[in-house]
Amino acid sequence: MINIIVVGNGMVGFKFCEKFISKLGQEKYQITVFGEEPRRAYDRVHLSEYFTGKSADDLSMSTLEWYDENNVILKTSELITDINRETKTVHTHHEKSYSYDYIVLATGSSAFVPPIVGVEKEGVFVYRTIEDLDAIMAYAKKIKQNGATEAAVLGGGLLGLEAAKAVRDLGLNPHVVEFAPRLMPRQLDKGASDMLQSKIEELNIGIHLNKATQYIAGETQITGMMFAEDELLKVDMLVISAGIKPRDELGRLCGLEVGVRGGITVNNKMQTSDPFIYAIGEVALYNQMIYGLVAPGYEMADVAAEQIMQGNKTMRESIDMSTQLKLIGVEVASFGNPFLENDNVTAIVFENKFSGIYKRINVSKDGKTLFGGILVGDSSDYNGLFQIYSNALALPQDPSDLILGSRSGESSTMGSVMDLPDTAVICSCENVTKGTICCSITDGTCETLSDVVKTTKATSGCGGCKPMVVDLVKEAQKSIGKEVKESLCEHFQYTRQELFDIVKINKYTNFYEVVDHHGKGDGCEICKPIIASIFSSIYNDTANKHVTTQDTNDRFLGNIQRNGTYSVVPRIAAGEITAEKLIVIGEVAKQFDLYTKITGAQRVDLFGAHLSDLPKIWKILIDNGFESGHAYGKSLRAVKSCVGNAWCRYGMDDSVSFAIELENRYKGIRSPHKIKGGVSACIRECAEARGKDFGLIAVEGGWNLYICGNGGATPKHAVLLAEQIDKATVIKYLDRFLMYYIRTAGPLVRTATWLDKLEGGMDYLKEVIIHDRINICEALETEMETLVGTFECEWKQVIEKPRLLERFNHFVNSSDKDDNVEYVPMRDQKMPKPWN
Amino acid sequence: MENILDKYTTVLAADVTVWFKAGTVKDFPSNRGGCIKYKDKQIAIFNFERRNEWYACQNACPHKLEMVLSRGMTGSADDVPKIACPMHKKTFSLIDGTNLNGEEYSIATYPVKIINDEVLVGFIE
Repeated sequence: MINIIVVGNGMVGFKFCEKFISKLGQEKYQITVFGEEPRRAYDRVHLSEYFTGKSADDLSMSTLEWYDENNVILKTSELITDINRETKTVHTHHEKSYSYDYIVLATGSSAFVPPIVGVEKEGVFVYRTIEDLDAIMAYAKKIKQNGATEAAVLGGGLLGLEAAKAVRDLGLNPHVVEFAPRLMPRQLDKGASDMLQSKIEELNIGIHLNKATQYIAGETQITGMMFAEDELLKVDMLVISAGIKPRDELGRLCGLEVGVRGGITVNNKMQTSDPFIYAIGEVALYNQMIYGLVAPGYEMADVAAEQIMQGNKTMRESIDMSTQLKLIGVEVASFGNPFLENDNVTAIVFENKFSGIYKRINVSKDGKTLFGGILVGDSSDYNGLFQIYSNALALPQDPSDLILGSRSGESSTMGSVMDLPDTAVICSCENVTKGTICCSITDGTCETLSDVVKTTKATSGCGGCKPMVVDLVKEAQKSIGKEVKESLCEHFQYTRQELFDIVKINKYTNFYEVVDHHGKGDGCEICKPIIASIFSSIYNDTANKHVTTQDTNDRFLGNIQRNGTYSVVPRIAAGEITAEKLIVIGEVAKQFDLYTKITGAQRVDLFGAHLSDLPKIWKILIDNGFESGHAYGKSLRAVKSCVGNAWCRYGMDDSVSFAIELENRYKGIRSPHKIKGGVSACIRECAEARGKDFGLIAVEGGWNLYICGNGGATPKHAVLLAEQIDKATVIKYLDRFLMYYIRTAGPLVRTATWLDKLEGGMDYLKEVIIHDRINICEALETEMETLVGTFECEWKQVIEKPRLLERFNHFVNSSDKDDNVEYVPMRDQKMPKPWN
Repeated sequence: MENILDKYTTVLAADVTVWFKAGTVKDFPSNRGGCIKYKDKQIAIFNFERRNEWYACQNACPHKLEMVLSRGMTGSADDVPKIACPMHKKTFSLIDGTNLNGEEYSIATYPVKIINDEVLVGFIE
């Protein structure tokens, strides 16, 4: 048996064990781990979550059983005091000796405490271990009871800002004190740091830059920090997070070569000056540098494990220090060389002080290579940029597209993950390549995303690569012909179309019947509204029938707005309205102090109605001949029309009458997504009918019928279904088309997307709707007839049945309105107070 | 703005000093939420009849600080009962208020008990 002793049980020491036991031939070795802390290795990257309720166990990286199962001996609370390199033995503070063949030093680092007078005072802490955190929490609690409010953090680096958040979570006002003239000086340039500073200051965290602390004030307890020029910052607690100091004592003691400023020198095999002793993680000095990030530490662990087993893996020459994280809620990322600027390199900088975004990329003068960059405020481009940088991929024609997005109408500037080479590292923490992820699916080792995560460990570090891993797994599954099942959510393994048939065949009328028989759990915000909509589509139930499973808009029959109030949109079919009715709308808006705006669907939207005012508003509207406009529903919204031949000198037909007829025919019918229609009286197309789910244009000899268009995020023109048909045929085709769509579309899929995905496309749809190829037209028409014949205004139902009114109170135990709603003036009206 | 949330801290049943009568069982329709007023607080109460359980939490969604959680939809995630905010579908565990979308903010929860058809919510003050 070959004995390996691992000194230090931190993240990197643990990773060494994990990597080692996963390698072939590991049975010949016995690993013994010594940790001076009483705990098993824990996740220090997420240490601050200890303040927000995570327990020490949550942070633990393994279980006791893990050590047993893998035959790794763990000795916690046992400190190695000495290494005798002659006899190849180590000694512990329990006066025990163990012999070794190899030693792996993973002692990590301790907090660097600058030599400031008074740092020994009560109330001064370092931020490093769970024990430190426990002590900080206890002290904060004590001083808060005595009325203390202010605390300082020394160090404006990454960890310092983490500590500031922790201090804030403890209910104290943090002040960050930094010696350098900017925050995160190692990762950010001045512009990025300024942006970060202003975002952090908005959160009432004090930032004090360029401050050299002369001494810590106070008798026995800290009462303040004295800076140069007699400037005193009054604080009752100080957390020091000013950098790290390698724990190289053991190495020094046994005469290993160490750096001038600490750290045990290693070569690219992670060997120290004694070939039987390895050093990894924050104690190792590689290329004259200490690397304080997890990813290089893990890589060192792997190299050392390989080397001990006589493998030939070595550490890369240059170590990537790219990092992406969220600091006090602000996204920050830097990659490659963030500062690089010389004759061959140009920095492209985008700064938006309004939304607090700073982006910088360093690009070669010829526009072909990306060297590095910085992102503050919005790091969503990080994964894409990092892949381009680390794989030296080609840049777009205009490299500024990389941070500004393409402005020429072309699609994504980053390309797809599938375009990356197999060697591209997707998960930098665990060093997992695209090839490894895809292979794990294609060679049959893994079936699902969670299998891949378990096997490759991708995403288990910082988690930033998750979106890319999800995409890769999906594509790899497709590539081996595995059906990627589009099930609704964790409660149903069915598509919407399958559920539609299940409900119809079994005649279910209650959500829980469906989930009990065909799903599991209690449902969620995804499946509940879908099934409620299916009920409505099949039985023409109004939204009042399935209150519990409707989303808020359908539950309260209004569109929820930014401040939790609702908007009111009465139906104004085809946009035709009398002066009397316009006056009613105006009076209502005045009486309830509502913001009014004309919508794109030729009607009037009244905003800012309190929940409890909704029934009162609708009572007046309905008494004056209005009805619900279903602006809140996944259903027909409106049929827009031009004025038509009644007035227009070009009009070929009466577009308004036809639009009113169609709007009244299909109103209230629930569908997978909203439906809009349009009717134009001539090819000038003033109603923009081809931008709708169905559109009609009057031509010589009848109507041209177009379907499956929409505006919105991905505008699409509707496609011609039939030419020069009469009104009766229009209605026949529309009935069939809409019902077929309602039956078969996925949830929240508009008609255009539905058509895109329909096998056979428009030709097939014509076959179904016009030539009845699959023999369902009669059924579709009958179903639509039932729906059309049973329309009821759901708002009328509410105001006529007191039982239905109960849900329109903000409070159960009071008739008060929501007192959190605040308005600010806007032009001659009002708007909700802006969000922070 | 942050101070709205300062009013809400999770209360454990063992620490309750005041059991506030929020209403009777029939005031809270099954499987959805209702909001009650207690001093300057708005508390959402859920009669999760399907699970035969009651829950209470702050009514303010910590994402945009609007008083809307009682109007959200109940559901479960891996059998953990949850509430989805109607604004942007942020979801939270009703057991301990954890954010189930992996974001930072979470919600405060309060104990509920039913005695003789009365719905009682526990507070410390």
